[in-house]
Amino acid sequence: MTSQSHRLTSGGLIDRSTPLNFRFDGKTFSGFQGDTLASALVANGVKLVGRSFKYHRPRGILTAGSEEPNALVELRTGARREANTKATTAELYEGLEAASQNRWPSLRHDVMSVNQLFAPIFVAGFYYKTFMWPAKFWEMVYEPAIRRAAGLGRAAVAPDPDHYDKAWAHCDVVIAGSGPAGLAAALAAGRSGARVILCEEDFALGGRLLSDGGIIDGLPAADWIARTLAELGSMPDVRIMTRTTLFGVYDGGTYGAIERVNDHLPTPPEHQVRQRLWRIVAKRCVVAAGAIERPIVFAGNDTPGVMMASAMRTYVTRYAATPARRIALFTNNEDGWRTVETALAAGLQIAAVIDARPDVSPAHRSLASTNGFTVLHGSVSGVEGGKDGVRKISVSLTGGARAEVEADGLAVSGGRNPAVGLTSYHRGRPKWRNDIAAFVPDGAPPGMVAAGAANGDFGLGACLRDGFEAGAAAARDAGRIGNAGSTPVADDEAFSLTPLWHVTGKGKAFVDQQHDVTASDIELAQREGFESVEHLKRYTTLGMATDQGKTSNVAGLAIMAAVTGKSIPETGTTIYRPPYVPVAIGAFAGHHRDETFHSTRLTPSHHWAAEQGAIFVDTGLWKRAQWYPRAGEKDWLESVTREVKAVRSGVGFCDVSTLGKIDVHGPDAGVFLDRVYINTFSNLAVGKARYGLMLREDGLVYDDGTTSRLAEDHYFLTTTTAKAGLVIQHLEFCRQVLFPELDVQLTSVSDQWAQFSIAGPKTRDLLKEIVDPAEDLSNEGFPFMGAREVALRGGIKARLFRISFSGEMAFEISVPARYGEAMARNLMIAGKPFGVTPYGTEALGVMRVEKGHVAGPELSGTTTAADLGLGKMMSTKKDFIGRVMAGREALVAPDRQVVVGIKPVDKARRLRSGAHIIPKGQTPGPDNDQGYVTSVCFSPTLDQWIGLGLVERGRERIGEIVHAHDPLRGEDYDVELCNPVFYDPDGGRQRG
Amino acid sequence: MRIVCPFCGERELGEFSYLGDAKPVRPAADAGEEAVYEYVYLRDNVAGVMSENWYHGGGCRSWLKVTRNTLTHEISAVEAAAGAGARQVAK
Ligand SMILES: [Zn+2]
Repeated sequence: MTSQSHRLTSGGLIDRSTPLNFRFDGKTFSGFQGDTLASALVANGVKLVGRSFKYHRPRGILTAGSEEPNALVELRTGARREANTKATTAELYEGLEAASQNRWPSLRHDVMSVNQLFAPIFVAGFYYKTFMWPAKFWEMVYEPAIRRAAGLGRAAVAPDPDHYDKAWAHCDVVIAGSGPAGLAAALAAGRSGARVILCEEDFALGGRLLSDGGIIDGLPAADWIARTLAELGSMPDVRIMTRTTLFGVYDGGTYGAIERVNDHLPTPPEHQVRQRLWRIVAKRCVVAAGAIERPIVFAGNDTPGVMMASAMRTYVTRYAATPARRIALFTNNEDGWRTVETALAAGLQIAAVIDARPDVSPAHRSLASTNGFTVLHGSVSGVEGGKDGVRKISVSLTGGARAEVEADGLAVSGGRNPAVGLTSYHRGRPKWRNDIAAFVPDGAPPGMVAAGAANGDFGLGACLRDGFEAGAAAARDAGRIGNAGSTPVADDEAFSLTPLWHVTGKGKAFVDQQHDVTASDIELAQREGFESVEHLKRYTTLGMATDQGKTSNVAGLAIMAAVTGKSIPETGTTIYRPPYVPVAIGAFAGHHRDETFHSTRLTPSHHWAAEQGAIFVDTGLWKRAQWYPRAGEKDWLESVTREVKAVRSGVGFCDVSTLGKIDVHGPDAGVFLDRVYINTFSNLAVGKARYGLMLREDGLVYDDGTTSRLAEDHYFLTTTTAKAGLVIQHLEFCRQVLFPELDVQLTSVSDQWAQFSIAGPKTRDLLKEIVDPAEDLSNEGFPFMGAREVALRGGIKARLFRISFSGEMAFEISVPARYGEAMARNLMIAGKPFGVTPYGTEALGVMRVEKGHVAGPELSGTTTAADLGLGKMMSTKKDFIGRVMAGREALVAPDRQVVVGIKPVDKARRLRSGAHIIPKGQTPGPDNDQGYVTSVCFSPTLDQWIGLGLVERGRERIGEIVHAHDPLRGEDYDVELCNPVFYDPDGGRQRG
Repeated sequence: MRIVCPFCGERELGEFSYLGDAKPVRPAADAGEEAVYEYVYLRDNVAGVMSENWYHGGGCRSWLKVTRNTLTHEISAVEAAAGAGARQVAK
């Protein structure tokens, strides 16, 4: 184990009583509770953390937050391995394992760093330029080579073993960030009585106060934070969520947040989720997301050991870890100097301060002389060093002279960019503020306001005032008018800045370190005509990595502005889009994966069917019994054939509860149905059922089903399983929007009734055992297409319909859904003497094809009523949905493809749906394609494969031999067009 | 997006489904093919404020007329369809 060579002996917000062991690239280190992986690596003197994307350059840690472009690792192993994890935000835990990315065979000896020698081909636009090469070369040589050479981490290859959750929250005010502005906003809003949610992406609250300290209300920052959290904790309506990043804003005051519930543990505790995706609905939002210190672009600025000045303070103050022992500072502003004070207080040596401004204050001069370091006026023009870190820094002095500084760390401060992501997500464009040389929010999505550093107010006092006012105003706007009390008070630090973006020098100067975009790439893009920021971004990939350019975008714009001779605001910004930080797809999916990808609906008799060993098929959300295999049956076909034969010779039953069922009530119910079906229902006698067909308004068939009239003002209609939800929506539209004058009400009762089809010549015998003996089930007492309520033995009321889909004597019986399973069991018991056989959807389908009934494959959304052979049902005496458009020329053309029966000429041949119908003797092609086979089955009754198809002028061609062409399966054979009703064409069996 | 259903109150987008422009009126039975063709196929593609049909399928099953700005998604009015609601039969 390596000792923590770069850990200060005291201080920091780490728990030294809880040491933690972790592994990085196979080597064991130790850190403390309260560390991030980055701070623990810093404490162990590890400078080289990864290799860069294109050039495989050695990279270290640049920042201490979620803006980190370099220190990306593969965290965890196996199925939990997560690529591109920022070491700067990954909390340390006992046993953490991380590996560096983009190196082979090892981080220190990476053979791919020869990519640097091929740098000319990796310049801006290299993807576009290489796409110009011959396609073969790209596929076989170039792409595989790039994939090996360039890229980020490796994703896990096994399914994610963890759970993710999604949740809603509602509040008056949501606050992003718990720095001084965020805490002040929470205080003001909470005291006003608002329901507050405060989201902080860090695991500790306080934001920059944790690194920079300060005096607030006369208290040291840590004490003020403690006092504030105690006060907020006493407010029942204030909820503080740590490890939670507000990543997006959506319409209607809805905010997306990702809570890393258990990412700080090796694995989530049992029954707990790894992450939770929040949708927070808030009346107001205060964005107190702070500002991000920005780099200055110079040659070698990616050398390990070059670090943002504020990040260096964070490592020293918050984590008591020292990134370097002899530090140089390169700054263009006053804020950078705070790093000098922090380093000196920690006993570190300052090598020099390189200040790009014309002058520094006398106080700084005396600090320099007291502590024995020099202040150089100028800029850093180069860094000497490598994978072991910074060794020497070259300085171009104002006036032209050069100097060199020996140091093992270089802190850089180029000013601050307010985090304008959230405020710009509704196509907002931030505006330029000259005094801080940065973009600040220019308005925000409705209900949102930025406060503190996120709004360009960098002073501690200003942040507190700004946040407090924003919190109080947000509460007021949300109708909470309690007394907000007094504003926390602190002094404002000076922030004098002379803009400096890019120092020219020899060697690569990186703008976007994660995507390896250099200053010269931007200049090249400009020379090649890609000046618009949106083009610049895509051509160079600037800002398109997982860090979304948080440390690079503005510098890129500034360099483009300089080479085009425009100002930065004229150059403009690209469109900002959520998420603000990467969010795992698993979090968006939540529990919607694997077997819970969608909800599953079980039929009322499901458990009984499962006991019978039924094979189930997914039908939309439903699981339906497909067939019931019996011992000794060798395949599904044998089972299905047995079921069909049993029905046709005896009696069988099938759960058809998945049909959509709608009760239609009201004096105008009949008129309403006349308008939505092509045929007439107002003249249907009470106690009768009728088949109905609906069109869409464009004249094509929408759905079919049977409708029964149970009373003068009460109809009951069924829809297909697939359209159950859509038909009620369509009918409600007709009722509420098209025909509001009709006195009619619709009730979806699909889930209220369990419905069974009972079919076969012995159906009546079976029913007599189920139905109260007082009910007349004779052909006269309950004729074909009869429908009425009946009492069952035992007193339960049921709805009984004498309708048939199989061509057999058949009934459908509905009982309240809670009796569905009992009904199935009863049918089995009562039907035993008659050899009752449960049948599944396969046998149901076989019998409907034998009988020539159309179903889903024929109701394809392209067929008319006439195509289906149902044209005569269309009433000419009334208006109905789809009537006018159904009369269009093309929809009544004589050469339309219509439903016809199809059977192979060779009786032994299997017919398959999807085969194309071609005139006999012709070569198949698009010009002579006359239709296709829609439904097929093996008919046990005819002892051969049969089918239905849509064929041009099919009904006029009965008896014609045509050719079935099936290029998908490589089959060609002759078939005969025939009457689609293969079974009992005169209908005697179903009427008997 | 959130829609204030006149019956259920403010609900989130996932409870609703969208049909489209609420302006076209279904022609009378004798209006002729041209009128029906226009009703079925011709729609304005409004960049701005538009009145739309939405269905509260995840709630009360009412059809709603929603006035929405297609550029900003701002909803300025929501009313129930003429025939929505149990006792709202328009005579
Ligand atoms: Zn509603």
